[in-house]
Amino acid sequence: MTNNWIDIKNANVILVMGGNTAEAHPVGFKWVIEAKARNKATLIVVDPRFNRTAAVADVYVPLRAGTDIAFLGGVINYLLTKDAIQHEYVKAFTNASFIVKDGFGFSEGLFSGYDSDKREYDHSTWDYELGPDGYVQVDETLQHPRCVFQLMKQHYSRYTPEVVVNVTGSPKDKFLEVCKLIASTAALNRTMTSLYALGWTNHSVGTQNIRCMAIIQLLLGNVGMSGGGLNALRGHSNIQGLTDLGLLSNLMPGYLTLPAAAEPNLATYLAKRTPKPLRPGQLNYWSNYPKFFVSLMKVLYGPAATKENDYGYGWLPKLDRVDHEYDMLRVQDLMVQGKMNGYICQGFNPLQASPNKAKTLAGLGKLKFLVVIDPLATETSAFFENHGEYNPADSSKIMTEVFRLPSICFAEDEGSLTNSSRWLQWHYRGQDPPDEARTDIDIIAALFLRIRELYRKEGGVFPEPILNLHWPYLIPERPMPAELARELNGYAITDVKDPQDPTKVLVKAGQQLATFAQLRDDGSTACGCWIYSGCWTEKGNQMARRETHDPGDRGLVPGWAFSWPANRRILYNRASCDANGKPWDPNRPLIHWNGTKWVGLDVPDYVPTAAPSKDMGPFIMHPEGVGRLFSRAFVKDGPFPEHYEPFETPLGTNPIHPKVVTNPVARVYKDDHSELGNSSEFPYVGTTYRLTELFHYWSKHCLINAILQPQQFVEISEQLAAEKGIVNGGEIIVTSARGRIRAVAVVTKRIKPLTVNGKVIQHVGIPIHWGFTGLTRKGFPANVLTPCVGDANTQTPETKAFLVNVERA
Amino acid sequence: MELSRRQFFKLSGAALAGSSMAALGFPAAEAVAEVREFKLSRTTEVRNTCPYCAVACGVIMYSLGDRAQNNRASIMHIEGDADHPVSRGSLCPKGAGLLDFVHSPSRLLYPQYRAPGESGFKRVSWDWATDRIAHLMKEDRDRNFVAKNAQGEDVNRWLTTGMLAASASTNEAGFLTFKTVRSLGILGFDNQARV
Repeated sequence: MTNNWIDIKNANVILVMGGNTAEAHPVGFKWVIEAKARNKATLIVVDPRFNRTAAVADVYVPLRAGTDIAFLGGVINYLLTKDAIQHEYVKAFTNASFIVKDGFGFSEGLFSGYDSDKREYDHSTWDYELGPDGYVQVDETLQHPRCVFQLMKQHYSRYTPEVVVNVTGSPKDKFLEVCKLIASTAALNRTMTSLYALGWTNHSVGTQNIRCMAIIQLLLGNVGMSGGGLNALRGHSNIQGLTDLGLLSNLMPGYLTLPAAAEPNLATYLAKRTPKPLRPGQLNYWSNYPKFFVSLMKVLYGPAATKENDYGYGWLPKLDRVDHEYDMLRVQDLMVQGKMNGYICQGFNPLQASPNKAKTLAGLGKLKFLVVIDPLATETSAFFENHGEYNPADSSKIMTEVFRLPSICFAEDEGSLTNSSRWLQWHYRGQDPPDEARTDIDIIAALFLRIRELYRKEGGVFPEPILNLHWPYLIPERPMPAELARELNGYAITDVKDPQDPTKVLVKAGQQLATFAQLRDDGSTACGCWIYSGCWTEKGNQMARRETHDPGDRGLVPGWAFSWPANRRILYNRASCDANGKPWDPNRPLIHWNGTKWVGLDVPDYVPTAAPSKDMGPFIMHPEGVGRLFSRAFVKDGPFPEHYEPFETPLGTNPIHPKVVTNPVARVYKDDHSELGNSSEFPYVGTTYRLTELFHYWSKHCLINAILQPQQFVEISEQLAAEKGIVNGGEIIVTSARGRIRAVAVVTKRIKPLTVNGKVIQHVGIPIHWGFTGLTRKGFPANVLTPCVGDANTQTPETKAFLVNVERA
Repeated sequence: MELSRRQFFKLSGAALAGSSMAALGFPAAEAVAEVREFKLSRTTEVRNTCPYCAVACGVIMYSLGDRAQNNRASIMHIEGDADHPVSRGSLCPKGAGLLDFVHSPSRLLYPQYRAPGESGFKRVSWDWATDRIAHLMKEDRDRNFVAKNAQGEDVNRWLTTGMLAASASTNEAGFLTFKTVRSLGILGFDNQARV
């Protein structure tokens, strides 16, 4: 979230699209109701199903699953043709006026530079035209034919209401009503907030779904505003934290990236990641990358990380390409090929969560060993067990050694979790672990120390990073959460001096840092995750703070927990003020310039003493200083989002450009491609979702929740039921090209057929939660049906739009 | 002797100095029936946050047991934390069922091992399991570690073992996991953010 849960109450328009907040985040949804009740906010829901959020919406619009970009592209076209944008904001705070290189173009579904053999773009034209001074050329009048504004206008001019309606199946009057409501927030005193979740990410175009909304919010001047922003409602309690900490195949903490093989030393690595400003006067905060990186290496390798050895740079594993080379879908594929020997699943149930269950089942059976660390008996840990049609494994043929290690649950744990609002909240242990269960920290520590001991005694391949890993914990077998949190915050190794006045010591050796502004790239500071710096300072544990006061009643609660970065509650808040530093809307003040510095309710997202000027933009992480309507080469499938059909399209064509039907750069493995279905065999659109009573495949182990949702069901429309002779409560079989599930049919008015490109499209709603362990009746997880197709940028699987058939059982 | 509840408390209050209920001549059953304490009054309150979605509602957990040696604390009630600025005491149907997660019959209680070809697990010790896993990992790493790629560039990676980390574990557990996994050279490493 750029903003936070409470801030939703400040919105005038709330768009829930790509999520179902009332069902999946019910308590956070209270703030939507608060906005409706106290702020007269209008709630819009756009979703294939009339879901629980839609039930309390002011406007509900159905759309075909997987066509969000067509819908939102239509909204962008509406805003531009009706000139319903926040003009000053767009001119000063976005790259609308930036001139793009000659040669950039888009034609019949493809951007310039496409290589169909490699299924990749050459991105060289997807960038700005630089002047002789090295800075981007701009046209403040926005009239230059190659300025971002004009290119964007041209790109989205194709998304007329007629095209939108033809692709999405949304009723035209409803679509236009939504456009009008969204456009109303271009006014200085109105904002829209966007709430989304996996309904946007679980697509082969997931990243671009979100990019569409980023463009819309920038055009409306809603980013950085109280009651505005782009708000990703994250699914797990610490999915934000683990992402922040870089527990992903290509990342390191604080959104630093793993090195590539072509970067043989620290200098080449840092040179590629330390941007130069693209406009004069920009803060260009990523220019501090070397400080963040060297300080991380000092936490990882302690005294063994020296200037002479590039702070242990050579010990890091390197990727051939710095994208998602070893993401989950790739690992799953390598497993099936017999190229993986070991797998450790810590609180993760891939047999249920990875797409195409049969593939995961085959893959796990080819491992030599599987280690499952979990508080519960998960399906993954029991994958070798035969549960009939629910898990058709033959134990006798599976040679995988399986270890099941009991970990604690939240109630027995201490530490911090980062919620959707970027709040790090500390929690405490309330009971002892049952029997022999241990904390994840103790389990990981014991395993690592045992491995290290073996390397010490026996030697082995490339032992340096293992032997040199810094392990400064008081009891090595049991690192304390407080010790790890202090590492995350960062500390001074030697005295940190004021760069303006070297006689002044800012932080004494051994002290905790107050902020990431104190980080250095000379090895004098250590910091595990630069954006978390400030979480455990000399003042103690800032994450455990419990002050509830809320100055200005804006929902910022600055004394509650710690919000990264720097306890800032609303990101990009500099953009809530005009060029002179005055809030666009005096009734929603966050910060303002008082003549000598920035002051206000929130921590300024800007240099606190930098006078407002046109020069330094509010998007300080960008070398251009402004928000990107045109995303350059940062998004693989195009600088502007474009509608591509789901890989399993019910139309068999792309009505906007029939030559390029699906995302041209999404990666699909050969075997997975042969397991894609077509609409003649599988005519209906399957889409997966959660229920409020159950959490993934986890709370079916809890008695109350199992009683509330005891049995698997699938939702279909009355029309489809009538056509297929299916009755409400009867059994049905749902099949895809990958598998088959059996469930109770819920025949509902909440799903309606849509007419798309002259064809009637039916959706089949498939809740995800059941399996062969737990207290509910046995059932089939939805991933029996879902395809292994990933988003082109993140490899998040396309589980919200795929093809199925249904039959009476 | 018939006493109302109010009279009973009056009497027992007056008789506090030195006399027991029995000495006053009350039947034991009546005394027990009358004195019913508020269930949470002898519990320990601990603050936590709900482990499910990322709203992260505040919860208060009430446990019995004073955590003295050989006296294991056990949670007997969980409710919303009214001080929490987002949740203000609310919990959803999942959060309201947290006690049943803590005491789920599916909780794992001790390490288990399934040998190749077997249809079930057997109980093992932590020491045995840790040792066996450490040996398997080291053996696999030593055998399959890739020091250089096809172009002869240093890559120092271990691709034949992977890990999925838990998005419900703490930042502190996550960071320790990051440290160890990356130092081993593992690249096939993700959390639930990918699905």
